[in-house]
Amino acid sequence: MAEKKLNVLVGGEAGQGLATLGPILVKSLVRAGYHVVVTQSYQSRIRGGHNTFAIRVSVDKIAAPREAVDILVALNAETVALHRGELASRGVVVVDETFAISGDGVLVVPYKELAAGRYRNVASLGIVSYLVGLDERVVADVVAGYFGKKKKELEENRRALERAFAWAAGVDTSYQRSLVAVDEPPKRLTVNGNEAVALGAMSAGAKFCPFYPMTPSTSIPLTLIAHAEDMGLVVEQAEDEIAAINMALGASYAGAPAVVATSGGGFALMVEGVSLAAMTETPVVVVVAQRPGPATGLPTRTEQADLEFVLCAGHGEFPRAVFAPGDVAECFYLTRKAFELAQNFQGPTFVLTDQFLADSYRAVEPFDVGGLPPVGAYAAPLEFAEPYARYAVTESGVSPRLLPGASRHLVVVDSDEHTEDGHLTEDLDARRRLADKRLRKAAGLRAEVIPPRYEGNERPELLLVSWGSSAGAVAEAAAALAADGVRAATLHFSQVWPLVPSQFVNRLRGAKRSVCVEGNATGQLARLIRAETGLDVGERVSRYDGLPLTPEYILRELKK
Amino acid sequence: MVKIKDYGTYETAWCPGCGNFAILEAVKKALVSADLEPHQVLFVSGIGQAAKAPHYLNANVFNGLHGRSLPVATGAKLANPELKVIVQSGDGCTYGEGGNHLLAAIRRNVDLTMLVHDNLVYGLTKGQASPTSEDGFVTKAQPHGPTAEPFNPLAVAVAMRASFVARGFSGEVDHLAELIEQALAWRGFSLVDILQPCVSFNKVNTFAWFKQRCYILPADHDAGDFDAAMKKAYEWGARIPLGVIYRRESDSFEAQFPAVAAGPLAGQEVDRAALATVFNKYA
Repeated sequence: MAEKKLNVLVGGEAGQGLATLGPILVKSLVRAGYHVVVTQSYQSRIRGGHNTFAIRVSVDKIAAPREAVDILVALNAETVALHRGELASRGVVVVDETFAISGDGVLVVPYKELAAGRYRNVASLGIVSYLVGLDERVVADVVAGYFGKKKKELEENRRALERAFAWAAGVDTSYQRSLVAVDEPPKRLTVNGNEAVALGAMSAGAKFCPFYPMTPSTSIPLTLIAHAEDMGLVVEQAEDEIAAINMALGASYAGAPAVVATSGGGFALMVEGVSLAAMTETPVVVVVAQRPGPATGLPTRTEQADLEFVLCAGHGEFPRAVFAPGDVAECFYLTRKAFELAQNFQGPTFVLTDQFLADSYRAVEPFDVGGLPPVGAYAAPLEFAEPYARYAVTESGVSPRLLPGASRHLVVVDSDEHTEDGHLTEDLDARRRLADKRLRKAAGLRAEVIPPRYEGNERPELLLVSWGSSAGAVAEAAAALAADGVRAATLHFSQVWPLVPSQFVNRLRGAKRSVCVEGNATGQLARLIRAETGLDVGERVSRYDGLPLTPEYILRELKK
Repeated sequence: MVKIKDYGTYETAWCPGCGNFAILEAVKKALVSADLEPHQVLFVSGIGQAAKAPHYLNANVFNGLHGRSLPVATGAKLANPELKVIVQSGDGCTYGEGGNHLLAAIRRNVDLTMLVHDNLVYGLTKGQASPTSEDGFVTKAQPHGPTAEPFNPLAVAVAMRASFVARGFSGEVDHLAELIEQALAWRGFSLVDILQPCVSFNKVNTFAWFKQRCYILPADHDAGDFDAAMKKAYEWGARIPLGVIYRRESDSFEAQFPAVAAGPLAGQEVDRAALATVFNKYA
C-alpha cells in the first residue's frame, strides 16, 4: 500500500556527503509534488562526529518534524546504533554490507559494487529514492543541476545513481515504502529559512550585507553572495560583528538598504550599533538566528532563548519591531516587512529565527515577483522646510530623510543627543524634544503589528501559546489533541514586539487552561505576556536540549 | 570656486590653544584647494575631542561610536562611491578602541582619507594614557606611566604596505593642508597622523616640544622606497619627520564590486526580471 507520509532519516559523519545527498533528495521530493519538513542536526566540526538530515515528506501539507523514522539511511554503522530505537513499525534500515548489520527490515547494500567511495552518498540517494518511489529522471535532473558544469563529477554521480536505481529494483518489495504519486506536481520552491530570509531581503531592495561568519546564520550572506552579481548587491566579510553593523549603518545612511545576520554572540557585539541605529535614525534589518547559549553554548543546535536579549538590546530607550517567522514562507515575507518598517520608521528592526528554521528546507509556494510591492530604496522624502534639518520634529516622529551627496542639502547625523539639524547638543530642552520625537515612532509601529494567529476551538479547554519556529509543532500537537476529542486551540506570535494586548487578551482569558510552549528554559514569552497584560500563562512546555520542539515532545510534556 | 567661508564658522567645545583649531583650519584649506563643495564631502568620526571637528564645518556628517568610524565610512563609500569620504578622530579612537578596523581598512584599501588627531593622550576623559603615550607618561590612571609600549601607527601602516602614509603637525598649518590635499587626491586608503598638543592634559608633548623636534622631510625622501619609509616611520625622539612617509599605488577596494561600478547603490531599483530568475533557481 502506498504511503501518504514518511519520515526519512539519513545519518553519517561530517564529510560523508550528507550535505549533498540531503538537499538533492529534498528537491527531488518537492519537484515530485510532495511537502517536506527538514531537520538538520550537526556537530561543531568539519570531519567526523555524527550528523543527521531528517526529511518528513507528505502528500498533504505538513508543518512540523516527527520523531518516528520509517526509513533510516545509515552512511556509517554508528547511525544504526544511535537511531534504531527511533524506527517506526515496519521501519527500514539501509546499511552498507561492511557494517555487518542484519535483521528484520535491514536492507544490506553492496555499495562497493555500485560506486567508488566518494560517490557512495549519491548511490545511497539512488537507493532511498527508489524505496520511496521517486522517478529516476526527476532525481537525475536535480543531480545534473547540482553538479552543473563539473563534468567528471556529474558523470560519476550519474553513473552511481543509475547503478543504485538498477540494484534497488531487484530487491524484495517488502523494503519499499512508495509514496502515493502526485499527478501533475505543482511548481514549488525548495528553500530553507536562511535562504528565504536572503530572498526576502533581495526582493525588498537590500543592497548591502556586511557579515562575520557565525553558525547558524552564515548561509544568509552566502545566499546573498551567490546572487550578488545578478541583483547588484554588495556583500563584504567584515573584520568582526561590530564592523559589520557599523558598515551597514554607513551604507544605509548613504542610501543602500542594509541587512546584517548573526547569532547570539555576534549579536552581543552588534548591540552598541543597534543603539546607534536608533539614535541616528538609520534603517537596518538585523537577523538573529538563535542557538543555545550562554556564551558559545551549543554552536550548531537550536533554541529560542534570545527573545528577551533582542527585545532589550541596546542602551537607552527607543522603539523597535521584532519578527519571529513561524515557517520558511514567513521568513521571506517577514524579512520584507522588517525592511519596510526599518525604511519607513528609520531605525532597527529584527528577524528572530533559530538553527532549526534556518536549516529547515520546505516546499514553498512560488513568490510572485510582480505581486511584491517594492519596499523602495528609502522612504520617499517628505516635504521639508529649508534649511534642511535631518531630525525635523514631526507628529509621527518620522523626519524627512535625504541622502548625503544626493542634493546640496547637508545630512548631519550624530550618536550624541543632537538638535534638529543633527549637530550635538547639551541643550536639555532639545534632549526632551528629540527623545519624544524618536519615541513617537512607537505608535506607528504598533499600528503595523501583525496580530497573533488564533486557531482551533472557540471555547478551548486547552490553549497552546507559542512564538517563532515552533508554530508547526504546536499546530500539529493541537491537531492531534483535537483528534482525541480535546477542545484545543493555538495562539501563535509571529511578531513578538510590539505586543498589542487588545489583540489577544480575550483569547487568553477564554481558555480554561493555557500553556506556553517555548524552546527555552525560563519561559520568556510567558514573562513578556505577563509584563504587557498582567495575565499569567500558568503552565509551560520548555525545550532547551538543543533540539527543536516536535508534536510528540509537546504531547509527552502535556501528559506529565 | 569654493571658498573658505562656504565651510562656515562654528563655536567649538575645545580648550583655547588646542591643536584642533589649526587642524580644522588646515582641513578647510585642503577642501577649498581641492575645489570640493560641502555637499560632496562626508565626514565620519568617532568619539573624542577630535571627533567633534566635523561638527564645526559645513559638510555631511556621520558622528558615530567610539572607535567605529572606519566601518561606517567603508559602508558609506561602498554605497555611494561619488562621496569624498574623510574620517576624522583621535589617537584613542583610531589606534585604541578601533585598532582592528584600522588594520582592516588598510588591508581593504578603501578610497578614503583617515585624519588622526594624535595628541598622545585621552583628552575628553581627562588625561589617561593613549596608545601613543610615551614611556614614563604619568597620569592618574597610569601613576607609573603606561605599562605597554607605545603604538607606532606609521610603522604599522608601512609594514602593511598601506597605500598612503603621512604625518603632519598642527604647528605647520600650510604644510598640513598640503598633506591633506595630497591625501584627498590619492586613490585608495590614505592615513595622515597629525601630531598636536593637548594643552590641558599633556604637559610633556607640548607645542614647544613638537616644534623643537618636527622637521619637514626633504624632497629627496623616496616615499616609494619601503626601507627608507620604515626608517622614517621609526624616527622619533630628537627629530620627528613630517610629510609623506610611504606611498604605493594599488587598486582601490570598491573597484572589485560590480554593483558599485554602476554608481550609488541608493539609485538602483530591484531588477524584477533578475529576481524572477533567482527565484526560479530554487524550483
